[in-house]
Amino acid sequence: MKEDVLLTMRHIEKRFPGVLALNDVDFTLRKGEIHALMGENGAGKSTLIKILTGVYQMDRGEVTIEGTPISIHSPQDAQNNGISTVYQEITLCPNLTVAENMFIGREDSAWIRHKDYEKRADEILEKLGIPTRGVTQLGRCSLAIQQMVAIARAVDMKCKVLILDEPTSSLDDKEVNMLFKLMRDLKAQGVGIIFVTHFLEQVYEVSDRITVLRNGELVGEYPVEQLPQVELVAKMIGKSLDELSNLGEKNEKAAEKNDVFYEAESLSSSQALPFNFKIHKGEVNGFTGLLGSGRSESVRAIFGADKINGGTVKIKGENVKITRPIDAMKHGIGYLAEDRKRDGIIAELSVRENIILALQVMNGFFKPISRSESEAFADEYIKVLNIKTASRETPVGSLSGGNQQKVILARWLLTHPDYLILDEPTRGIDVGTKLEIQKLVLKLAEDGVSVTFISSEVEEMLRTCSRLIVMRDRHVVGELKGDDLNQAQVMKTIAGGEA
Amino acid sequence: MDTKKKFNLSLGQLTIPIIAILILVVFNLIRDPSFFSIGITQNNDGNSVLSGNLITVINGASELAILAMGMTLVTAACGGQDISVGAAAAIAGSAFVKILKSGDSISVGTVILAFLFACVVAMIFGAFNGTLVAVFKIQPMIATLILYTCGRSIAYWINGGATPTVQSSIITAIGGFIPGIPVPTPVIIVVVVAIIFKLVFHFTSLEILTQSVGINGSAARLNGINSTFIKLLSFIILGVCVSVAGCIGVSRLGLINHETLLIDIEMDTILAVAIGGNNLGGGKFKISGSIIGAYVIQMLTITLYAMKVSSTDVKAYKAIVIILLVVIGSPVVKAKFEKLMTKLRSGKAKETVKGAE
Amino acid sequence: MNNIVGKRREPLSDTKLLMTITISIFVAMYLLAMALLGGGFLHPQQIFDMLNDNASLIIVSCGLTIVMIGGGIDISVGAVTSLVVMSCVLYLNNGGNIFVAALLAIGIGLAFGLVHGYLISYLEIQPFIVTLAGMFFARGMTTILSVNPQKVTHEGFQSLRDVKIEISWLGYTAKNGNLVPARMELGVVIAFVCLIAVFILLKYLRLGRCFYAMGGNQQSALMLGINVKRTRFLSYLMSGCLSGISGFVFMMHTGAGNATNAAGMEMNAIAAAIIGGTLLTGGVGNVAGTFFGVLTLTTIKKIVVSSGLNDPWWQNITTGGMLCFFILLQSVVLSRRNGSKKKQS
Repeated sequence: MKEDVLLTMRHIEKRFPGVLALNDVDFTLRKGEIHALMGENGAGKSTLIKILTGVYQMDRGEVTIEGTPISIHSPQDAQNNGISTVYQEITLCPNLTVAENMFIGREDSAWIRHKDYEKRADEILEKLGIPTRGVTQLGRCSLAIQQMVAIARAVDMKCKVLILDEPTSSLDDKEVNMLFKLMRDLKAQGVGIIFVTHFLEQVYEVSDRITVLRNGELVGEYPVEQLPQVELVAKMIGKSLDELSNLGEKNEKAAEKNDVFYEAESLSSSQALPFNFKIHKGEVNGFTGLLGSGRSESVRAIFGADKINGGTVKIKGENVKITRPIDAMKHGIGYLAEDRKRDGIIAELSVRENIILALQVMNGFFKPISRSESEAFADEYIKVLNIKTASRETPVGSLSGGNQQKVILARWLLTHPDYLILDEPTRGIDVGTKLEIQKLVLKLAEDGVSVTFISSEVEEMLRTCSRLIVMRDRHVVGELKGDDLNQAQVMKTIAGGEA
Repeated sequence: MDTKKKFNLSLGQLTIPIIAILILVVFNLIRDPSFFSIGITQNNDGNSVLSGNLITVINGASELAILAMGMTLVTAACGGQDISVGAAAAIAGSAFVKILKSGDSISVGTVILAFLFACVVAMIFGAFNGTLVAVFKIQPMIATLILYTCGRSIAYWINGGATPTVQSSIITAIGGFIPGIPVPTPVIIVVVVAIIFKLVFHFTSLEILTQSVGINGSAARLNGINSTFIKLLSFIILGVCVSVAGCIGVSRLGLINHETLLIDIEMDTILAVAIGGNNLGGGKFKISGSIIGAYVIQMLTITLYAMKVSSTDVKAYKAIVIILLVVIGSPVVKAKFEKLMTKLRSGKAKETVKGAE
Repeated sequence: MNNIVGKRREPLSDTKLLMTITISIFVAMYLLAMALLGGGFLHPQQIFDMLNDNASLIIVSCGLTIVMIGGGIDISVGAVTSLVVMSCVLYLNNGGNIFVAALLAIGIGLAFGLVHGYLISYLEIQPFIVTLAGMFFARGMTTILSVNPQKVTHEGFQSLRDVKIEISWLGYTAKNGNLVPARMELGVVIAFVCLIAVFILLKYLRLGRCFYAMGGNQQSALMLGINVKRTRFLSYLMSGCLSGISGFVFMMHTGAGNATNAAGMEMNAIAAAIIGGTLLTGGVGNVAGTFFGVLTLTTIKKIVVSSGLNDPWWQNITTGGMLCFFILLQSVVLSRRNGSKKKQS
């Protein structure tokens, strides 16, 4: 059996200032298997991956490939040892062509034959069914295609170990299936694949084995058929699952009777087609649909985040104009953006400054929040939302994903909004925090705040929302409430089988 | 050890510039203890005024310090620098002189009017740069290259090709000393400008807004911040600083020379911002750092002059010191140094353990 | 769906688009000058004069283009050129050998590139500050070498300087009936060699594409297995080397060293690169564009002079205006392009 082992990591230890990120972790990858690496945020998955890819250097431990110990000091070393990685964020160069992106950094000669590369790239792309061409400038392709180009590159490198770090988070179902087919093909060729993801169903769909990490320590390695989904979650978060279901009741009916808080008629923006939408006071509703269906674009239009092209908007029955985020904020709307890193946090500013930011903007240029006041606000919300931070003056960029998200939530809660739009608030954060956020949403609704909740996980939305607006191909195709709110019906509507 | 760490933490980005100043002070004390002697002398107008090398340093750095304050804001908001400040100051100075020369005599009123006019002119040019950067999303250095190229020519045009002189006791007082006050007026102006900045930060939310825009423009926008306005504003504020610096420069000499007024000061200004520990890529900033940075540069220059280095050769020595400063301040060097220290320490610890065995 | 994507004609890349704009504008401007101003513009010699006067600027701009494509900046190029001129002049006047002088020129350039590259890529200091210090140092050293202008008295050099390549078929017949051939200096040949070398480097060599990758997205370049530090180091080394060559060419053109040599050359070079479509943000650009950038800049100045606006300040103002025009044009073109892309997806 020993020949089957492709990669081993033994007694890996990595320390960051003040944190032991990995403590004596072992990991084994065999030939021709898809191995899911699971854990909450901060469990040490990314650190382990980054050690393997040469971004970080481990403090202690040993890595072997096919029995030979290797040392990895740079991404180049990793490549030379047959370890390729496709990251969640696109790590290609947008200004180069697709072909160049596939071959740069690993050319066999110093001389580049563009035509030759383009031909080879076209062949590979065609084989993998990726709809683009070698001569195209990468920056002009969609994100999903860019991701696939990254995979195509790794595939062509005849890598022994392929690491896929959250590869599916920007792909739609069709593309995910294409990717899975690709992964199975590679597996058949004997490539070992390390698959990191937050989507549990996907793990069970393609993986052979699961390794679970928690708090920088190894929980265990399990064949996938011996670890039911419920147990996996329990191992990841280390607490009983009962808590998960104990969310409290949605007040579905009550909200319907309340006044309409916000109403939009044929609202459209540069990104969103005209749509109608309304939300009652104290109601939780959601936009659902596949990625790219227009759900995020629609809520961005509500907030005035993109250029508004037309439509009428009423708040509490009065006509208002919302063309910029500040207009929406002044009318009591808050918006937690989909992309936390790009549109949410101000990484180098402290937790305190991040929390008061929106309130400060609303107060206006000439009414700064005093230091003591802002400290009080920060302390309050750090406590209320249980934000784990060294101090309120810690730069928010050094917090874990879940805590960053809480800071942004705190920022909007501090403005005491009447209507809060949460676009994927639970994406890429650990299960425990997800639960906290869901609870918070229901609590807010109880207090009379309207909430629009968007999540890729339908189940999560079913638990929180009393009404779901379903979108497909940038159009609203259905609205579900009451008894229709179940997984099967949602799926049917999204897929277009409601007729 | 612990106390030292705390000391470092509390100073933060100011550590390097303060250490630089201290080293220069100590160096000068060793070289020539009389370097820092401050005396009171009678100047030509019969005022008793402070004199000495230190005063020369503090006085001479005034324009630089004022420009560095404005530049810090632009750097923080836009992630780039304005390389046209010298040229813009020449324009502002020319506008200043234009108004002063328009009447028969120069009263306090005309000076104020002239200054306000210069401010408006500089703010317009600042707004021009700011528009290119904020609205057309052009890199600051490229955008300001335009004014850098033609700014002094515009000043030449305002002056009609001449170098007009201004003779007035008020102007002399602005560039030198106000009768009865022994402190050079430019120094007082620097203090006033610094206080105004402090007040602006206290009574407006400019600081946090600027930092937000500089660190993450996209997030800033979604939090309702008008980043176009903030960037534009930073350039307009720099415009005011430019006009103040330009007017001081003119007043010192009593004439406007579009070719030489505050020549090459843009490079020194950017340097002051960088020495002050501010990231030239934008984001978090400390105005105080830039001010200290300005004095470091001036102190260095005067020290070199005092060592009989000719004014044209000063640049070469300055370059060496600057490189030393930034090398010491570089995070990579710091990390390497710390690694070395821990190695040494662990080596020592091992020895002691061995000894114990 | 796949077929549509597959068959659509590829749009021009950003680099090519910006370069095409520059070349078209240059040609249009030159034709306009020929039609309206006539005179010198009608003779090919005008172009050769422009090249003769700007050979060193072309070389320096090539180096700067490399650095800018890699996402950096080098503002020391003019000062290094000046230092090289002064050093070589003094060396030759003290009985030096021309060949060694050329080596000295390249050596000084390389030394600057080496230090800049090391400080910027391995110690991660901001390029603006490092090259600014380099500029101060080079300027200071130039005056330390000599404050007074120095003329080259070396005989061998003078004969080398006088070498002119004459192209008779591009010449014109003077009033007295003699044929005056078009004259090109040796420096222009060197400039063209540099230009072609850098063009090939950027387009067809692995290293050149690494410069683009690094400028496009440094983090990605690292992940793609490119040794970013070494690549960046090499970009500054090349810029330094080209500054050295530029200094030698400058000396061949002027035949004298002066503390104010090549003053403001760095900004002219940056302007030329920008006009040629190189973006300061990195990843986009081309030396062919830079070459036309230099020509465009020079043509503007020539046109201003030929129009009878002899005051030097007119040159500066029109140059500034032209820069403004190009910068705005590029900004608008690129933003419209990205805007339309967003709509498609």
